[in-house]
Amino acid sequence: MFPGKMDQFIDNLPPMDLMRSEKMTFVQLIIPAESAHRAISYLGELGLLQFRDLNAEKSPFQRTFVNQVKRCAEMSRKLRFFKDQINKAGLMSSSRTVLQPDIDLEDLEVHLAEHEHELIEMNSNSDKLRQSYNELLEFKIVLQKACSFLISSHGRPVSDERELQENVYSNDDYIETASLLEQEMRPQPSNMSGLRFISGIICKFKVLRFERMLFRATRGNMLFNQAPAGEQIMDPISSEMIEKTVFVVFFSGEQARTKILKICEAFGANCYPVPEDISKQGQITREVTSRLTDLEATLDAGIRHRNKALASIADHLTKWMNLVRREKAVYDTLNMLNFDVTKKCLVGEGWCPMIAKTQMQEALQRATFDSNSQVGIIFHQMDAVESPPTYFRTNTFTNPYQEIVDAYGVARYQEANPAVYTTIIFPFLFALMFGDWGHGICLLLGALVLIARENKLSTQKLGSFMEMLFGGRYVILLMSLFSIYCGLIYNEFFSVPFHIFGASAYQCRDSSCRDAYTIGLIKYREPYPFGVDPSWRGSRSELSFLNSMKMKMSILFGVAHMNLGIILSYFNARFFGSSLDIRYQFVPQMIFLNSLFGYLSLLIIVKWCTGSQADLYHVMIYMFLSPTDSLGENQLFWGQRPLQIVLLLLAVVAVPWMLFPKPFILKKLHTERFQGRNYGILNTSEMDLEAEPDSARQHHHEEFNFSEVFVHQMIHSIEFVLGSVSNTASYLRLWALSLAHSELSTVFYEKVLLLAWGYDNLVIRLVGLTVFAFATAFILLMMESLSAFLHALRLHWVEFQNKFYFGDGYKFKPFSFASLTEDDD
Amino acid sequence: MYGFEALTFNIHGGYLEAIVRGHRAGLLTTSDYNNLCQCETLDDIKMHLSATEYGPYLQNEPSPLHTTTIVEKCTLKLVDDYKHMLCQATEPLSTFLEYITYGHMIDNVVLIVTGTLHERDVQELLEKCHPLGMFDSIATLAVAQNMRELYRLVLVDTPLAPYFSECITSEDLDDMNIEIMRNTLYKAYLEDFYRFCQKLGGATAEIMSDLLAFEADRRAVNITINSIGTELTRDDRRKLYSNFGLFYPYGHEELAVCEDIDQVRAVMEKYPPYQSIFAKLSYGESQMLDKAFYEEEVKRHCLAFEQQFHYAVFFAYMRLREQEIRNLMWISECVAQNQKSRVHDSVVFIF
Repeated sequence: MFPGKMDQFIDNLPPMDLMRSEKMTFVQLIIPAESAHRAISYLGELGLLQFRDLNAEKSPFQRTFVNQVKRCAEMSRKLRFFKDQINKAGLMSSSRTVLQPDIDLEDLEVHLAEHEHELIEMNSNSDKLRQSYNELLEFKIVLQKACSFLISSHGRPVSDERELQENVYSNDDYIETASLLEQEMRPQPSNMSGLRFISGIICKFKVLRFERMLFRATRGNMLFNQAPAGEQIMDPISSEMIEKTVFVVFFSGEQARTKILKICEAFGANCYPVPEDISKQGQITREVTSRLTDLEATLDAGIRHRNKALASIADHLTKWMNLVRREKAVYDTLNMLNFDVTKKCLVGEGWCPMIAKTQMQEALQRATFDSNSQVGIIFHQMDAVESPPTYFRTNTFTNPYQEIVDAYGVARYQEANPAVYTTIIFPFLFALMFGDWGHGICLLLGALVLIARENKLSTQKLGSFMEMLFGGRYVILLMSLFSIYCGLIYNEFFSVPFHIFGASAYQCRDSSCRDAYTIGLIKYREPYPFGVDPSWRGSRSELSFLNSMKMKMSILFGVAHMNLGIILSYFNARFFGSSLDIRYQFVPQMIFLNSLFGYLSLLIIVKWCTGSQADLYHVMIYMFLSPTDSLGENQLFWGQRPLQIVLLLLAVVAVPWMLFPKPFILKKLHTERFQGRNYGILNTSEMDLEAEPDSARQHHHEEFNFSEVFVHQMIHSIEFVLGSVSNTASYLRLWALSLAHSELSTVFYEKVLLLAWGYDNLVIRLVGLTVFAFATAFILLMMESLSAFLHALRLHWVEFQNKFYFGDGYKFKPFSFASLTEDDD
Repeated sequence: MYGFEALTFNIHGGYLEAIVRGHRAGLLTTSDYNNLCQCETLDDIKMHLSATEYGPYLQNEPSPLHTTTIVEKCTLKLVDDYKHMLCQATEPLSTFLEYITYGHMIDNVVLIVTGTLHERDVQELLEKCHPLGMFDSIATLAVAQNMRELYRLVLVDTPLAPYFSECITSEDLDDMNIEIMRNTLYKAYLEDFYRFCQKLGGATAEIMSDLLAFEADRRAVNITINSIGTELTRDDRRKLYSNFGLFYPYGHEELAVCEDIDQVRAVMEKYPPYQSIFAKLSYGESQMLDKAFYEEEVKRHCLAFEQQFHYAVFFAYMRLREQEIRNLMWISECVAQNQKSRVHDSVVFIF
């Protein structure tokens, strides 16, 4: 009677909606051509239909709406151009959105073309202006710098010679030259010696090579002078400010001149003629300066005009971009549809959730009505061969947990969703390894900051690391709450215990407390009401006490977690209606796990309750080695020995139970089904689908290969048997990590903070405090929380999910405007 | 250490080999080419390419496209790939990668020198240069009047300098001279590259010597065919052949005396690896020879990817990409000029 009652009880459970993905249905749409665009955009707003590509074999440009897609691509190119220009001009693109009547795509196209034309024209104009401005500016700089060269290059030898003259002999010629120079009659001497020069300006990084090239080309018969330009000049191509160098080359001969000019051209050096006459120089400089100011004014006006035009574009840019992106998505979707035979209707197929059917029908009716179509849109369900996509409805809180599960594998359609349990168990397992309420409060503050600024942060673009933190803000919130809880149990606040829940249960033996750390304390009152007694801290048996407690706790949690996994496999099997899996997989697995590790958990609890001194290692080991021997002092309760023998036998029986029956029964079922028909595979697979769609989908192997099934089952059984040992051991990481965490924080607290505090020196104390703060922030809060996160992740993915989770589904990706992001185009 | 590359290769070369294999997976496939060949306009080509690795490079081009834009952007992608790999490379891989570009450098030098000889605008010529073969002072080439100046002014700073030792003459530049210079440089380059690869040893040496030998032999055949009927003497012709490859040394003797295409064919058919090239060609035909060579080359380069832990994959990838760009250029030209019937004439499928 008992199993019957059990079934009844389970049937009466509320429906496990949370655990199952949405029921999906495969639908077909037949849309009249005139209302197709509107219908698709309404569906996009709804965002609940995943279209199937019916033209997969066609290349993109052979599809029906390729021209529209191309136009959209062209428009988004123009919009990108605008955005680029706006960013270059330093304007904000999305500062405000102006309310504006909805604009048509055709109008927008014309609009954009106009704007682009206008912008390009303005750009080319301002480029021209900018070029002449640059030329003038360069000319001015060359004039200024080159003059000083011309003077100094003539002046220096003269002064040298003057010294010579004073010392050795008088040279009238040189004196004359010098005086001539001073009288601003310089051209003669340079012309007389046939010495000529070219002056110009060149990019700073090219100077060295330029000089070398000149040297080679003229075989060293030249003089090269250079000076930094001082001002930075805008490079017309990259529009970056670059440093330039003014140069003056002195040379002689016509051939050298052509060579040098060619080299200048090759190096992109701009040459400007500098008159040797200083009065002329002054005149030209004045002219150039006045023209420069004129040009500057024109340039500024041009830039103002351009900025105004850009600003008017910027107001609409976001809206236009959204519009174009949506249109492109609509046409891309339309390209997935097929024309029917009459060429008047478009046929689309796709998946949608059952619950959204009425909404979709409404949207389609609206589309028909709005586009004044004579014919309605036909919307009906169809049968599909492939398995439906998996769709869980999540909210901002549950989404990160679902992501954690999906990162391992997307659930098979309608199978039990571990994310439901992950929501609580995951942060809790994390907290077991991160139990410190001081650190927990730090995490909590971080999570609260992220949550408080949710609205602001969700709109802006974050770095990849920040994005991860922000996405997991609710995970962090729960993790921090649980670690505060666990920290209170472990009684650790940055590794310091506090007497929060009353006084300690232990007291020194005498008033001097000399032997507190050697012999120990005596218990004088009721145990500490919540968590670990603060007096354990620093005592001789602190580690052995905490280790034993945390280790046993880990095993208890581990066994409970794994049992939950196996129970979920029962609900899965029940849901998919495979009694075979219940009888020959779930039952023996339960028995095997619980007869060994369930029993261990029982022993732990009994030991805790009774305060017995029994050695559990010994009990467990000798349960296998010599089950019949008497337990002696390790006996915990009456009848332990026969119980152990029974459990051991059960475990031994469970192994062949889960290994052999299932493949043989499958084989028998198979031969029964195909009796007398050796070549009926095609028929039967169809019949299967009609008769029992669920089971047919579950074992879809059309050809039954006994050895394959058997090997598969063998692998599974061995994995489970070995796994139950290794997985239980794996849960000991809860203990190990929490031990590491508390030891590390103790080290930082005692060896850094307390050590520094021991000195009566403010500097040392401050240094100690900084080191402690940084170690806490980076090592304990960041690295340790990351490692605890990863270990919790592993416990979920491997130890928990391998008991029941297939994870071979695929995600529901509806066509939705909301999911269009900027990266799409 | 031949046979032990697997132990140490990945320390320095593993990341880049993975990168280059990833790039190779991005090469256009036969189905891509089939789709491209069906394109009606250049916009269709752009649209199809937007789904490939060329997508980001073409997406910001305004709509009336030109063949040159497509080729330019595709080359830009190749150059970006190359520069990325060069940045990540350590010795000796970085030297190996640099060797790959010397061929383009030679071509660019020849292009500029020929251009200035015919008094073209230097800027215009620079735009036509292959970006992989650019060096700093390339524009200065226009200054030089003869080989000696060319060398002394510009090329002494470039890696091409040592290759010039054989062709420094004081003669003025003319078309013939330049062509001889190109081939001499190429010969020196190939021989140097070959020696470098031999020095690297291991699978690199083995595969690269095969690829370079093919390259050298192909050049030998091309030189022979192109010099038939010109004033180039047999000895001069003989001097332009690289001193390695399957034809070296006996094939070269025979090639040097060839007077028509069928004699070349007779020489080549003595070498089993090259027999298949001529199997599809009829006698006296030299038009299709280029394509046949390209097909053979592509096949060899694809095979280079079959082995791991060697540098030849980089060489092969660059060459395959270049071939792909040549294909795209041909297809685009055919589409642009409405000559779709000729699309298949010169497209070499890579896979």
